[in-house]
Amino acid sequence: MRMIQQNERNIQLSEEPSDEVATTTCYMCACRCGIKVHLKNGKLRYIEGNENHPVNKGVICAKGSAGIMQQNSPARLRKPLLRVGERGSKNFKEIEWSEALDIATKWLQDARERNPRHLAFFTGRDQSQSLTGWWAMQYGTPNYAAHGGFCSVNMAAAGLYTFGGSFWEFGETDWPHTKYFLLFGVAEDHASNPLKIQLGQLKKRGVKFVSVNPVRTGYSAIADEWLGIRPGTDGLFIGALIHELIKAGKVDFDYLQRYANAAWLVIQDDASKQDGLFARDPSGNILIYDETTNAAVPANQANIKPRLLGEVKLSSGQTATPVFHLLAKRFLEPEYAPENAAEVTGIDAETIKRIAAELAHTAFEQEVRLDIPWTDSNGNHHAQTVGRPVGMHAMRGISAHSNGFHTCRMIHILQILLGSIDCPGGFRYKPPYPKHAPPHLKPCRQESSPCEPLPGPHLGFPESPDDLLINADGSPMRIDKAFSWEAPLAAHGLMHAVIANAARHDPYPIDTLFLYMANMAWNSSMDITATLEHLTAKDSNGKYKIPHIIYVDAFDSETVAYADLVLPDTTYLERWDCISMLDRPISEPDAAADAIRRPVLDAVRSGRDVRPFQDVLIELGARLQLPGFVKKDGTPRYPGGYADYIVNHERAPGIGPLSGWRGTNGDEFGVGDANPRQLDRYIENDCFHLFPLPQSQRYYRHANRDYLQWAAYMRYREDASPTIFQLYLEPVQKFRLAACGKREPVPPASERERIRRYFDPLPFWHAPLSWSAEAGDCFHAISQRPMAMYHSWGSQNPWLRQIHTRNFLYIHTNKAAALDLEDGDVVYLYNIDQKQTRIKARIRTTGGTNPDTLWTWNAVAKRSGAWSLAKDSPEARNGFLLNHLIAETLSSSESRYSNSDPVTGQAAWYDLRVRIEKAPAHEQHGDLQEPRLEDLGEADFLPPAPSNLCYGTDFTGKP
Amino acid sequence: MNPAYSVLFFTCLSGAGYGMLAVLGAGVLFDALPADFVFGVVSMGTCLGLITSGLLCSTLHLHHPERAWRAFSQWRSSWLSREGVAAVATFIPAAVLALGWIFPAAVSATFWKLGALASVLGAFATVLCTAMIYASLKPVGQWRITLASIPLVPFTYFGFALAGGMVWAQLLLSAFEKPHALHMPPLTCAALALAWAVKLLYWRQIDAQTNVHDLLDATGLKENWQNIRAFDSPHTEQNYLQKEMGYRVARKHRDFLRRAAWRGGGVLPIVLLLAGAWAGGLAASVCALLAAALFMLGTLIERWLFFAEAVHTSSLYYDDKK
Amino acid sequence: MTSLPKRSKNAKKLGLVIDLDTCVGCHACVVSCKEWNTGGYPAPLSDAQPYGREPSGAFLNRVHSYETANETSQRTVYFPKSCLHCENAQCVTVCPTGASYKRAEDGIVLVDEDLCIGCGLCAWACPYGAREMDPVVGVMKKCTLCIDRIYNENIPPAERRPACVNACPAGARHFGDLGDPESSASKLAAQRPAQEPLGDLDYRPTNKYLAPRKPKSVTSAKPLEPVNRDGGGGFIGWVDAMLSKLNPPA
Repeated sequence: MRMIQQNERNIQLSEEPSDEVATTTCYMCACRCGIKVHLKNGKLRYIEGNENHPVNKGVICAKGSAGIMQQNSPARLRKPLLRVGERGSKNFKEIEWSEALDIATKWLQDARERNPRHLAFFTGRDQSQSLTGWWAMQYGTPNYAAHGGFCSVNMAAAGLYTFGGSFWEFGETDWPHTKYFLLFGVAEDHASNPLKIQLGQLKKRGVKFVSVNPVRTGYSAIADEWLGIRPGTDGLFIGALIHELIKAGKVDFDYLQRYANAAWLVIQDDASKQDGLFARDPSGNILIYDETTNAAVPANQANIKPRLLGEVKLSSGQTATPVFHLLAKRFLEPEYAPENAAEVTGIDAETIKRIAAELAHTAFEQEVRLDIPWTDSNGNHHAQTVGRPVGMHAMRGISAHSNGFHTCRMIHILQILLGSIDCPGGFRYKPPYPKHAPPHLKPCRQESSPCEPLPGPHLGFPESPDDLLINADGSPMRIDKAFSWEAPLAAHGLMHAVIANAARHDPYPIDTLFLYMANMAWNSSMDITATLEHLTAKDSNGKYKIPHIIYVDAFDSETVAYADLVLPDTTYLERWDCISMLDRPISEPDAAADAIRRPVLDAVRSGRDVRPFQDVLIELGARLQLPGFVKKDGTPRYPGGYADYIVNHERAPGIGPLSGWRGTNGDEFGVGDANPRQLDRYIENDCFHLFPLPQSQRYYRHANRDYLQWAAYMRYREDASPTIFQLYLEPVQKFRLAACGKREPVPPASERERIRRYFDPLPFWHAPLSWSAEAGDCFHAISQRPMAMYHSWGSQNPWLRQIHTRNFLYIHTNKAAALDLEDGDVVYLYNIDQKQTRIKARIRTTGGTNPDTLWTWNAVAKRSGAWSLAKDSPEARNGFLLNHLIAETLSSSESRYSNSDPVTGQAAWYDLRVRIEKAPAHEQHGDLQEPRLEDLGEADFLPPAPSNLCYGTDFTGKP
Repeated sequence: MNPAYSVLFFTCLSGAGYGMLAVLGAGVLFDALPADFVFGVVSMGTCLGLITSGLLCSTLHLHHPERAWRAFSQWRSSWLSREGVAAVATFIPAAVLALGWIFPAAVSATFWKLGALASVLGAFATVLCTAMIYASLKPVGQWRITLASIPLVPFTYFGFALAGGMVWAQLLLSAFEKPHALHMPPLTCAALALAWAVKLLYWRQIDAQTNVHDLLDATGLKENWQNIRAFDSPHTEQNYLQKEMGYRVARKHRDFLRRAAWRGGGVLPIVLLLAGAWAGGLAASVCALLAAALFMLGTLIERWLFFAEAVHTSSLYYDDKK
Repeated sequence: MTSLPKRSKNAKKLGLVIDLDTCVGCHACVVSCKEWNTGGYPAPLSDAQPYGREPSGAFLNRVHSYETANETSQRTVYFPKSCLHCENAQCVTVCPTGASYKRAEDGIVLVDEDLCIGCGLCAWACPYGAREMDPVVGVMKKCTLCIDRIYNENIPPAERRPACVNACPAGARHFGDLGDPESSASKLAAQRPAQEPLGDLDYRPTNKYLAPRKPKSVTSAKPLEPVNRDGGGGFIGWVDAMLSKLNPPA
């Protein structure tokens, strides 16, 4: 026996942490942080944030650090799988890639030869949409979109129509200068690390942070003021703020005159087909009323004093009013008075008034002046850049309601009224934004024909009913009915409607459903049971109504069991990727930036016969001889796969997926020839490229001459004309006119009232569509993905799953007491309208939720048999999903409308209202998951999950 | 605290064993026990058997028993280490004691007496160390309980060790029909009464304990906040800390067990011993056997409660709901 | 020896300062800690049943969440918890084998796993629940303040901080020498005095928790006044008043 002395402790303080460090871009969620991947003996030692990266500046979140366990997952698919049994089981045989690609090619070729629309190609958490969309164009199907329709299209569409930008990838608060920050909405955000970094900074600077959110967790926990609003009523709250500001005249009139369509004259003539459209002169110039000359003059003239209030008689004899007049009238209605809003929103009138006063105070009494000269689009030189330092941001909760489009618009209108768009302390665009409002991009409207490509993009921004994708009889051209009368401004498509429509052959049958990285057989669908019925529905001949399903995923998710052909993807550390300026790049307000992902690990060497989806798509393109994917001689154009495409593809002359180091010498940015060394240059620069904008081009870019000229050259926009904020949306009014029979095409009679009501050119608050008047005692039920799992395939990750292995239903303490419920009780939940389904949940009481709201952590629950989890894992036994209660269609309507926003088709996840009931005594114990779907069976194509993990021992030389 | 079986059996068995060693040692010291070969073999065998099985149980609590020898090194600061040292060291005088009994020729009477004295002291020290392992833990308020500034845990351990030793000695004396057995019952009953009296006092004190910590203390948030409750746990399933230190016993359950323990393990053995003494003969042996068994059972319940009722401050951070 | 070392005058006292006002409960620190340390000094941090019914792994840092209330307000507080590297670390003194020790030079409390018998007594002696038994390896694990990072000459100087501090997106975690009143960590702690958790137990934690601050309010904002002060005339009244405000008579 020997005494151990202090100085004998043998600690290796300076062990080489890794023998190789590779920088790349994270993909554990949609945030796109820069990471440093440390390898030791070829194995993942650890992943940390890259301090040089513009997005995360060195920090990393729980998911990012858990990337090791993603890479280590036993649920990673290993080989292509071909179905041999029925859908809904894991009866697959492993096949070689050559066979898998032959099968896929045959299915896709057959469909294309009959009619390309027989392919529905939808992608989930896809960050290669500029490739996938372009592939679908070359294929010729109109049926393509990513998952924006069930994620956050309301946010994107409302922003782009209103001011050519939005939150998230489109723009953010001017963090260093803001003096007041208002955050809306439940759930997390694509910009999760940046938001956390900046909230930390706001707290440090002592900037007031107000969170409007039914739930007081996460960011709301550290807010100086938490307003626990009733879900779906944010629009009324914002409307009441606007009401207060307008009533007090606390509006930046100068800003409105310069940058918004506030003074544009709107024809007020019920009888006319021009009713509600902008007054124009014979050459088509929009008119405003000049108070100096007392005449209606073209809006783009200089040196005029536009009228913002009061009626005007036009030379035509028609009456017209400025947009601002209409806007003021709308929001001064008693409906938007704080007292009325208080009743609906649950936020008392005094608070609403005080917040409005604080916004006005910050905007108008605390203005920020930066000594940055700039020149506006009229050529006026400004010595300083002045800002109204009110920052706002909205997360998904705002968006996922059937009134979300108008609610999101109201947020932006509030920003515009305060004069705080692209100014110091306010909101700031990130290049390539701002676009025009709306962007000059329309969904390609062409009947698909055999083997013909689509001449334009699938998704865009209709400006009138002429731009709808409908047939002569008014029926939808797309399988998801995007851009039809049901969802006219469906800028991101309606992925959530595809499966039901395809199975119902409504509007037409398809051959092949091709899905990528979207768990549609589980937590990404509303009404899961119905979705699974659609996926397995057969016709009278015993054939599946959706004949072929091809699914691409890296993991054995619930959806794998419903596919006929499974093409195994790599993990994010094993492939090339491109976060492109053609899609949603990683730009910052001060800089245009894009990024790549690169293979750090070799999937094949790890023993898995898997391929990156993008490589597979490019190869399929070549096999199908799609234009753009083959050379003239029919040989593959990109034999080097996605990496080859990223470098050599040109969308327009000199414009390719990556902006950095273009030109043969690599010295050009944005526009230039392909550079064969481009990827090397990205790798040398930690896998991103950052182009800082000159000081003078960092603010007021909607009307900043120098910026606009540059942006036009870069093809970020069609021309250098300014983006004019659309308080009043004439495109929307055109839909209303059509619904009133004043314009062709006229919607079918059954659609008219819906279009007339919801296509209001000014935003308004209406109760979500599924809220019937006589609800009785009910609760709102919403979910949010926990921060440690948001937007991540994280559930099978052994580190993350230990944080959230099961979920609970949170209920306000007072409500629980009133209902005689105690912490830990098991309850049933029913959708108040669709009483056939119920779920079971265990409650937790909380003081931090809106009293009329129940909520839970989303997507913790798993189906038994998926993700290599044990069949008795808590996720499969005690996790529950609200999805089962969320109807895929609106029960109140006669038509089979999707449960979505009537303007954009955004899935209305958060409109759900439920009834709660304590489960009887014998149901208080035992498993919770209900409906308990059948176990998916053994995945004999996967290795068994280990019973213990001791990851890391071998890095240390320990025995 | 989680009442782990290894620790329950360790403290109960070795406690009784060291108590018995002390009783046997004292008996030898004061010539109150028969210098009988068979009695010596059986009594020392029982005593050392109790001690050894108790100590072996304690190693079941270790994840690396092969390194257990290292535990003798830190006697300067660690009560557990001291306990190990004392427990093993006491084997030396115990061996002398046994030797003198079994082979009177091998040791001189003085040496035997010295061995007996050292056995008593060693047993006392070992039980003290065992008690202090718990009594020194600040995070467990119950184990720090005092009466007039006197810590109660060491005295409960002494009480139970002594009572255990007496009960076992009583049993053997009865079994061997030694006349000494007739003098024993009042002393044994007194030891039993004392042990349970201290325990009842302990229970009374911990029930009345007022300086208990709450979550506001644990988080340091007391200054600005009046109420606090746990929201989400750091992890939804039980972790090591919760399994080890989050054990809670329901009040109703606890009260029943306490009554069962002191009535079954205290009152009943006393009645039995007195009845046995009155009846004499085989009945006395049967009564002594029953008394010993009941006492050990009662001690096991008492010890279970000792852990189960102890609240560790780390469990405050977790608000374990059903 | 597991006796506590005498602290020499210029010895460091390394620890964390955790700002409860800023922590959003994202668990970044939890997982980055697990990730670094499962391959670092305390390797591995095992997980039992990683894909099974009762997953249970060793973590050196966990984030609790609480709801607090007083007469005027309520809030949610996230409370990350790891070893506080106490000056009076009883987890060290109870260790029977010398496995647990506190370093004299910087105050870090460590476990020498080769000496650990897995008795668990140190976890019992820790009032904060900061030590966890490895479920597979059976030795005690605890926060090392990333001792193999903070002195690691193969790591860039700016990153020689505990993994949790490097990771923390909200900037709620700070690392430094709390024995040096001039260190940024000490200054931060001094600015924002907070109560010590379980201070009366006299463990004297080195780590500091900064309590949530009083919510910021905009007291200077005056209530808004309608342009038409009497509120009369409805919308027309407002338009008139607004027009005269926009075009004040010359």
